[in-house]
Amino acid sequence: MTKTYPKASRPSLDNVSVSIEKGEFVFFIGPSGSGKSTIIKMLLHEVAPNKGRVVVNGKDVTSMRSWKRPHFRRSIGCVFQDFRLLPNRTAYENVAFALEVIGKTKAVARRVVPEVLELVGLGGKEHRYPHELSGGEQQRVAVARAFVNRPLILLADEPTGNLDPDTSIEIMRLLDRINRTGTTVVMVTHDSNIVNQMRRRVVEIESGRIVRDQARGVYG
Amino acid sequence: MRIKYVLSEVLVGLWRNVTMTVAMIITMAVSLTMLGASGLMYKQVGDMKDLYYKNVEVSIFLKTDVTEQQRTDLDAKLKGDPLVKEVLYVNKDEAYKTFKEMYQDAPDLVNVVKPDLLPESFRLKLVNPEQYKNIYDQYQGTEGVDVIVDQSRLLDKIFNVLTAIQNIALAAAVVMAIAALLLVANTIQVAAYSKRREVAVMKLVGASNWFIQAPFVLEAVVAGLIGSLLGLIALIGAKQLLFSGSLKALEGLLSPIQWSDIFLMFPLMAGVGGLISAATAWVTLRFYLRV
Repeated sequence: MTKTYPKASRPSLDNVSVSIEKGEFVFFIGPSGSGKSTIIKMLLHEVAPNKGRVVVNGKDVTSMRSWKRPHFRRSIGCVFQDFRLLPNRTAYENVAFALEVIGKTKAVARRVVPEVLELVGLGGKEHRYPHELSGGEQQRVAVARAFVNRPLILLADEPTGNLDPDTSIEIMRLLDRINRTGTTVVMVTHDSNIVNQMRRRVVEIESGRIVRDQARGVYG
Repeated sequence: MRIKYVLSEVLVGLWRNVTMTVAMIITMAVSLTMLGASGLMYKQVGDMKDLYYKNVEVSIFLKTDVTEQQRTDLDAKLKGDPLVKEVLYVNKDEAYKTFKEMYQDAPDLVNVVKPDLLPESFRLKLVNPEQYKNIYDQYQGTEGVDVIVDQSRLLDKIFNVLTAIQNIALAAAVVMAIAALLLVANTIQVAAYSKRREVAVMKLVGASNWFIQAPFVLEAVVAGLIGSLLGLIALIGAKQLLFSGSLKALEGLLSPIQWSDIFLMFPLMAGVGGLISAATAWVTLRFYLRV
């Protein structure tokens, strides 16, 4: 597929073709501006390609109508560099919010949220506010929120970008654990350390083209 | 839970920006009052037209030197005219009697005028008072006819004034509605900005569009409905003041406004207020939130 943003001199993604299997763990690496984030945006149906198709979960979402987007997004979890937590809600409430706004009852939230907070290693810190948590802990809340609805795919856009190396490793262990439950994990990063440690599939993008696709790659 | 969530968000939203909410409600109330007043006026003018036009007459005054023959011919012609409902002949004595009654406060005038000076006339009631022009064209040149006077000409002037007032009220309603509309748009933008984080998360996790929009839209609708309620109160107050109080003297001229008419205006005001607010909020959100 190809994506050219208006006013851009060259395409952000130029004739890129990637296929990711269910249950895979894939790194997209490359310098800033190489087009990695555009892939995430396409998977989220935030932008559409000018040419080519985006297929998620066997469904062609290229021409999906925007009113179908909310339901589509429920099958995708998302984690960002800046956590995107609600500052006036506790860890528990942040995760529960994601459930409640898609129509799950409070009873469901009471059952599921403690479970998933336990899974990400935040047991006992449910009632802390984001500012009372460390960066790593905040990212765990974000991962819990992304995972609480048991999505098929977890997209992570530089999830360790704001964290120190040790904390980053912990978050990666967490993502690895989530991947082992069968969730496909797609992660965009330029943290070479992490990529080298994980030894997972690496897709390297440069100036909108795939220059490398390696099954157990390193940052290189 | 979702209903409760949406409603609590609406209340929080209205409180968060209470000065703006008050401004929005006041403008909405003024606009809707004008709309209601104009609607009442419309109904009023209709009622009054029915009442007055039923009683108006066209008078055909005859020349003083009219002959017996000319009078009989005209009488027969008028009675056969399909446009004419009723014909009443008024002779000089009857005209004098009416004249004396009319000017009983001015005996000097009455003394000067003799029955002979007053013209005979035919008083016509038309099937449709607005067809005066046809009558005029038809009988103006007839032998023995002096002038044709139509009372409805005068009424037309009164009704023109009333219609003008009605149009002014309507124009004021439209201008205020535009102001209200802009205030709603602004309030919704402020509300959306203050909830931008929540909205971003909701969009990310796949909350449905209506769920994201509903609190904002309802916030505007609630303000619109409160505005229409205030408008209703203003109309009731106006009726009390104008027709039961200081302007009681007008009662002879204007047919009284019924309470039922005022309460019938409320659904119109509430409907317009609610719909305009909802539509404005929704359009604003489409541009501002891109949901």
